[in-house]
Amino acid sequence: MTAGSSSRDDDAVGLVSPGHSAGLRDVVGSRFLLKLLVDKEIKVRYRGSVLGLLWSYVKPAVQFVVFYIALGIFLGLEQSERNPAGLPNYAIYLFSGIVLINFFTEALSNASRSIVTNGGLIKKIYLPRQLFPVSAIWVSGIHFLPQMVILVVACLLTGWTPSVLQLGTAVLGFLIVALLATGLGLIFGAVNVYFRDAENFVDMLLMVATWASPVLYAWTMVRDQLGQTALQIYLLNPLTIGVESFHFAFWMPTAEQTQGLPPSFLSVWVPIGLVVSILVVLLGQLLFSRLEGRFAQEL
Amino acid sequence: MPVSIDIDNLDKRFVMRHTRSIKESVLWLLKGRRGDLSRKFSALEGVSLTIQQGETVALLGFNGSGKSTLLKHISGVMLPDAGTVRIRGRVAGLIEVGAGFHPDLSGRDNVFLNGSILGMTEKEIRQQFDSIVEFSEIGEFIDTEVRFYSSGMYLRLAFAVAVHTDPDIFLIDEILAVGDEPFQKKCLAKIKELNEAGKTLVVVSHDFDMVRKVCERGVVLEHGRIVQDGTVSEAIGHLRAG
Repeated sequence: MTAGSSSRDDDAVGLVSPGHSAGLRDVVGSRFLLKLLVDKEIKVRYRGSVLGLLWSYVKPAVQFVVFYIALGIFLGLEQSERNPAGLPNYAIYLFSGIVLINFFTEALSNASRSIVTNGGLIKKIYLPRQLFPVSAIWVSGIHFLPQMVILVVACLLTGWTPSVLQLGTAVLGFLIVALLATGLGLIFGAVNVYFRDAENFVDMLLMVATWASPVLYAWTMVRDQLGQTALQIYLLNPLTIGVESFHFAFWMPTAEQTQGLPPSFLSVWVPIGLVVSILVVLLGQLLFSRLEGRFAQEL
Repeated sequence: MPVSIDIDNLDKRFVMRHTRSIKESVLWLLKGRRGDLSRKFSALEGVSLTIQQGETVALLGFNGSGKSTLLKHISGVMLPDAGTVRIRGRVAGLIEVGAGFHPDLSGRDNVFLNGSILGMTEKEIRQQFDSIVEFSEIGEFIDTEVRFYSSGMYLRLAFAVAVHTDPDIFLIDEILAVGDEPFQKKCLAKIKELNEAGKTLVVVSHDFDMVRKVCERGVVLEHGRIVQDGTVSEAIGHLRAG
């Protein structure tokens, strides 16, 4: 040894243990790297495809048409003269929910795989690993924008005049869903390193997510079929809150008579949705930092 | 000289799981837990090492002796099971060539991405960009996608980015074996220059000639323990003696 243990303490000022992260705070500190990772993902995603970024429009458009025909027309969810009990302007109703769920699906699915996908890097160089799930969510946010543009154009064509409160609620609704995706992305991204079952579990979860929130049908059906208690549980799902916020902002101003929002939606349920999502983020952060120490050897 | 790297009684065990399938785990339980599903082995055991700032240290040993694992603890990629690892300043490593390079991005994009991964700020990369390209001798190909690069070009660009990160501690894991002789000479000159500027170097290599040129101190690892710590010639002598 070149230095005895006695001199070790004198020289210890400024020595730090490498590899200990401050979690999501490190991501804020690495904004430039986050931006580069997001740019890379956007550049690489549709490389070598003829339609390129157009795929971000084509896929939701096809999905929308299929759902609209099957549910709106065949199963009678669209209101018409022969079907007065249906939802007015069902196309807007459906699309405003679908864009948000699509964002959630893409975000969570990619975030859950992000650590394993970037394993080569994580095994060799230390960097804040939370960057990978967060950049996956960010990329999905960018893919969400063109769909938002289509939604707004469709709304404007059907006489959309939203209030500031409605627009603000939509922003909050998006935030709730984005936070939920981030929290779950951290959890499943970390667990996936140890058990690849996680990504299959996420696929299953996402299939349920579309049906466990009022994307295709109205929340009143839950109340009428299952009762008040079931409705309360249903509303605890942050996705339900996000989707209803979007209905409130984009669909209600375009439809004359609607069933309205669930009782005390803005005063109670939106704050609850936000709190639940933040709790999921905190849980994700906690679990991620407990598991990340062994990423390099498990990958 | 202040301490640059301080490793105290470091232990690292790896668990080798034989199976991850639920079926086999259930069978194992039914058989009364006979046999072991996992096997532990010590990659590092009671390793203590203090390196002063500006030292040039070669980590030597046969395959599987724990050299690379030790390097990964210094860079923070792995965390110790017991003991402590502490470092002063920024670490940059050529742990493996081009980790963090994306084949579908241009050389330019990769310089930014890799520089940022290695801890450079946007401003630092912009300032150093021309110098990085010049050092790498990539020239006009800097805007070509990296997957069209030859392995030599790939290595040169990766090395150029790494030496421009201005680290306080520079980790080198067996990379100089690639690249042609003129570039190897250039790399060695650059490494010496870094050392003269007071950087700490930790090198893992089986290339004794290279190690002799670059390092003064040699540490020999055997089955995860330090068995020899002295000058690099002594270390090489110890290994050759078997």
